[in-house]
Amino acid sequence: MTNPSQSLIIKMVSRTLAAFIQVFGLYVIIHGHYSPGGGFQGGALLAAGVLLIRMTEGREASQPTLATAIATPLASLGAVIFAGLGVVILFFGGNYMDYGAVPVPGMEPAMIRYYGILIVEVGIGLAVMTGLVSIFDDMVRTNRQSGPDLGKGGLS
Amino acid sequence: MKMSKGKKLLGFASLLALTVLLLVAVDSLPKRGLPDAPAHQVINAAGNPGAGAYFIRSAYEDAATPNMVTVVLGDYRSFDTLGEVVVVFAAAIACYLILRRREDEEK
Amino acid sequence: MPEWLEYVHDRYAYWAIVFLMIIGLYGMLFKNNLHKKVVGMIIFQNSMILLFVTAAFKWDATVPVRDAEIDVNVVGNYLNPLPHTLMLTAIVVGVAIVGVAFALLIKIYDNYGTIEEDELLEKLQSPAPEDDDSEDSFPSKGGSV
Repeated sequence: MTNPSQSLIIKMVSRTLAAFIQVFGLYVIIHGHYSPGGGFQGGALLAAGVLLIRMTEGREASQPTLATAIATPLASLGAVIFAGLGVVILFFGGNYMDYGAVPVPGMEPAMIRYYGILIVEVGIGLAVMTGLVSIFDDMVRTNRQSGPDLGKGGLS
Repeated sequence: MKMSKGKKLLGFASLLALTVLLLVAVDSLPKRGLPDAPAHQVINAAGNPGAGAYFIRSAYEDAATPNMVTVVLGDYRSFDTLGEVVVVFAAAIACYLILRRREDEEK
Repeated sequence: MPEWLEYVHDRYAYWAIVFLMIIGLYGMLFKNNLHKKVVGMIIFQNSMILLFVTAAFKWDATVPVRDAEIDVNVVGNYLNPLPHTLMLTAIVVGVAIVGVAFALLIKIYDNYGTIEEDELLEKLQSPAPEDDDSEDSFPSKGGSV
């Protein structure tokens, strides 16, 4: 799976499809307040878009979409967005994760909670997307020591 | 070292016993889709407000968000969700640590 | 509806979940291949997820997304959102568990050359240092584990 696919059809279809999957993933994250969806589902869709390119174009060619080296730091960034929001609220005198305690002028607490949930969902989406990509990259590594009789293609 | 015949028979018997036990237990569960089931009550048996009914009623007032599941996920139970994100992150780190190649292994 | 049909109608979802759970348990207990054991674990997990989603169900109720035309104060109008949320997170944890399980399987395969349980036990119990004769069975690895 680290080598590019030989079939032109698979390449073209996955290139076209990946963009739509990514856009749909963003839609699912951002529209999660009004319809079924949210950070977890949208993050999984974004990861599916990245992994589709990674499986068909090979690892080297797909690095610009999401580099292997920055996947884990981005996952921690997602967790930090989530936890950091809770810490920010502590400075305003609220309880941990009690978004309504942040005083934003001209906004009632319900709307502040609305935007708090949005920030949290973006953090979840980032963490889930990069977490899944990182797990995939760890499993399908280049130049793995080949085990016994894996067949012609092998695992890697 | 395949499983011996006696062991296998014992295992099948215990699985069958568990099946019968669970099927009997299903009989005393609330019927499927009953709106009065204990999980859906407004005031539960202990006299406290039921969580599900409370979330349905006050989710929109509290967070101006129509999707109740999102409100429960991101607001009421956000600490739980934080744990969830940490679990995903920990799984990614664990996969890296399990599958990385150490220096002395490279030959 | 005849009485027995009503009895079945109220409970068949739970019966299906029980059978799914037993299938998963069977896979975990009896299968010799570790990969198949993981598949059994996934089936077991999903049976539990279905159990909670079934518990959230109400007749004549709609999805837990507020509709301005449907009264929120009548609790029976909406499905219970709490089990849905819990299962949403349970699915994600399930994916994480499966990822770590497969990583462990890959590592076991790299080191022992098999994921069959009985062969694995044999290799674990045989004295480790003298793996010169077993070298040909997995060529690229030297050294004990």
